[in-house]
Amino acid sequence: MRISRRSGLLVSGIATALAASVMLAPVQAADSSTATSLADFGGLAGLEAKCKAEGQLNVIALPRDWANYGEVIDTFLRKYPGVNVDSQNPEGSSAQELAAVRQLKGSNRAPDVVDVGLAYAISGAAEGLFAPYKVATWEDIPTGAKEKNGLWFMDYGGVIAIGYDAKRVKVAPKSIKDLANPIYKNQVALNGNPTAANAALHGVIAASVAAAGADKGVKDISNGVNLIKSWKKAGTFLPVQASSATVANGQTPITLDWDYLQGKYAKSSTKVQWKKVVPSDAVIGGYYVQAINKTAPNPACARLWMEYLYSDQGQNLWLAGGARPIRLDAMQKKGTANKKYVADLPKLPAGAKVIFPTFDQQTKAKADLAKLWGKLN
Amino acid sequence: MTESNQLPNKVAATKSGGNNVMGLEFNSNKVFFDYSGLIPFFIFALIFILVPTISVVFFAFKGNFGEWTLENLRVALREEYLSSLIGSLRLGFFSAITGAFFGFFTAYAVSISGRKKLQRVVSTASGVFANTGGVPLAFFFIAAVGNYGLVTVNLNKIGIDIYSGSFTLFGFSGLVLVYLYFQIPLMVIVTYPAIEGLKNEWREAAVNLGASKFIFWKYIGVPLLVPAITGAFLLLFANAFAAYATANVLTSGTLPLLPVQIGSLVNGNVIADQTNVGMAMGLEMIIVVSIAMAGYIYLDRRTSKWRKK
Repeated sequence: MRISRRSGLLVSGIATALAASVMLAPVQAADSSTATSLADFGGLAGLEAKCKAEGQLNVIALPRDWANYGEVIDTFLRKYPGVNVDSQNPEGSSAQELAAVRQLKGSNRAPDVVDVGLAYAISGAAEGLFAPYKVATWEDIPTGAKEKNGLWFMDYGGVIAIGYDAKRVKVAPKSIKDLANPIYKNQVALNGNPTAANAALHGVIAASVAAAGADKGVKDISNGVNLIKSWKKAGTFLPVQASSATVANGQTPITLDWDYLQGKYAKSSTKVQWKKVVPSDAVIGGYYVQAINKTAPNPACARLWMEYLYSDQGQNLWLAGGARPIRLDAMQKKGTANKKYVADLPKLPAGAKVIFPTFDQQTKAKADLAKLWGKLN
Repeated sequence: MTESNQLPNKVAATKSGGNNVMGLEFNSNKVFFDYSGLIPFFIFALIFILVPTISVVFFAFKGNFGEWTLENLRVALREEYLSSLIGSLRLGFFSAITGAFFGFFTAYAVSISGRKKLQRVVSTASGVFANTGGVPLAFFFIAAVGNYGLVTVNLNKIGIDIYSGSFTLFGFSGLVLVYLYFQIPLMVIVTYPAIEGLKNEWREAAVNLGASKFIFWKYIGVPLLVPAITGAFLLLFANAFAAYATANVLTSGTLPLLPVQIGSLVNGNVIADQTNVGMAMGLEMIIVVSIAMAGYIYLDRRTSKWRKK
């Protein structure tokens, strides 16, 4: 980590030196808000100079303990000391992010960039809220993980993992089906309400796949609801929302949640010994999505933020937080992914293929869940 | 107040040769001055009550593309969302009835005890407890009677397992239990003045006229207290009906409840295009709470009428 940060500084030092020479040359000054790639700025140095002139970046809904965003922001601040980062409403939801883009349009407090769930990326793009932009590492992002014109692109994600406190849970669960075992009485929880929280929704999809197999499970979420209903009958499932507090207190020693969000449970108390296992009967993956506000008050900094996030440095920072960055495969091929962090990721079951529920499948799952979830009791 | 206000008015009017306009001007200035201390409150009410209420009603009738529509209300009353209206009405009812029951008898016991210190302690404590809610309240109960809660663990040590039966903190009965934490004190606060208002002289007068205890309660005590208790019940009902954060944390939407459902539609990360259905459900809530509160205000007026005399 230390090495990569240093080399990052070195690169930016050289870049600043280059920027001076580039600025001397009569480069056509592009309007930052319509720039679609680094080429429009005459390279990274040109973009950095423009952002430095703006001096401000507004981000929204980035909790510091979420996928290492605290360090991601701090490193950006160190890298560009002249740029102030305003982190608004860190605990906000995707819906609130898009609402802020709409309502603060034209204000210099509007968010420059958003980090949202896939459904919101698609609806936001359809609504015309985002500006198209392709980062320098665009080719490394798999085709299915980006809008072809660059309106949005996936950033980091992970798989649904069973997390458990080894101090309280003596027999380690290995699969989702294990969670029906009465030895886990009153111990199993989701991270929230699946009709409102993305992590919990994918937890139910994972249960569905465990119950009915990859194909049927993803298509029909009622399988998952029925499985969880059977857990309720067996007395293992608690509808309480898992949080650092409930983990520290021992109320929710087993949770079904994104693997990269479980770091906070490990840190919740010294008495907790948190472990993660990817269930053998359902490997569900999901990624969050970045997009640039079309009417961003700081269009250059918005684009620089993206270049930073999708650089090896930014991607490795997410990796440090236990999230899987979207360029991970490409970086592993090039050997630029931090090997220690890669080794720390929970192992996927041998031969497992990660299932990424598509947008249509998620939409159907949500519509069905809205009808079924309230009848769980 | 009004009497004394008018007097200088008349004086002003006669002094200026019967010029009504002058008098009126004076009056409106006076009104403005009298109420100027309330301006912060009015601004507060405007920003946090009036504007949000109007915008909820407005968006309840707007489609996703800005057109006027009744579709949101239709969807909000469809089976899957109707169940949350019913769920909230049920929760409000049971929580209010248990809260009113225990709260009334607590207030009555404290009142007839005649101990001034006890009465002061109870009313101060009630004021604090009645305003506790949200996520912290949910965690109080998890920490006390959750799986590894203090009470649970200690009862376990002496051989009592509260989880051996069907008890759960994370369902309907659990919510009723948790809500009692603020419902009982609220009931105490609201009904205590009415109980205190039952004057001893009335009881003595009734006894002197030969009434038994039963007759006194049947014809005097109960009729006097019923409006106060019913009014308080409505207040408790609205209180539980609209509570959100505690229920959301404890049941994660597995129990259909209106505020939780609205929360997932308006604020969620998951369902993207039904924000205005949430607004329509908000409108339902506004209507239910308005009816309950109108009833409360009406009954409260009736109660305070005889209390003053």
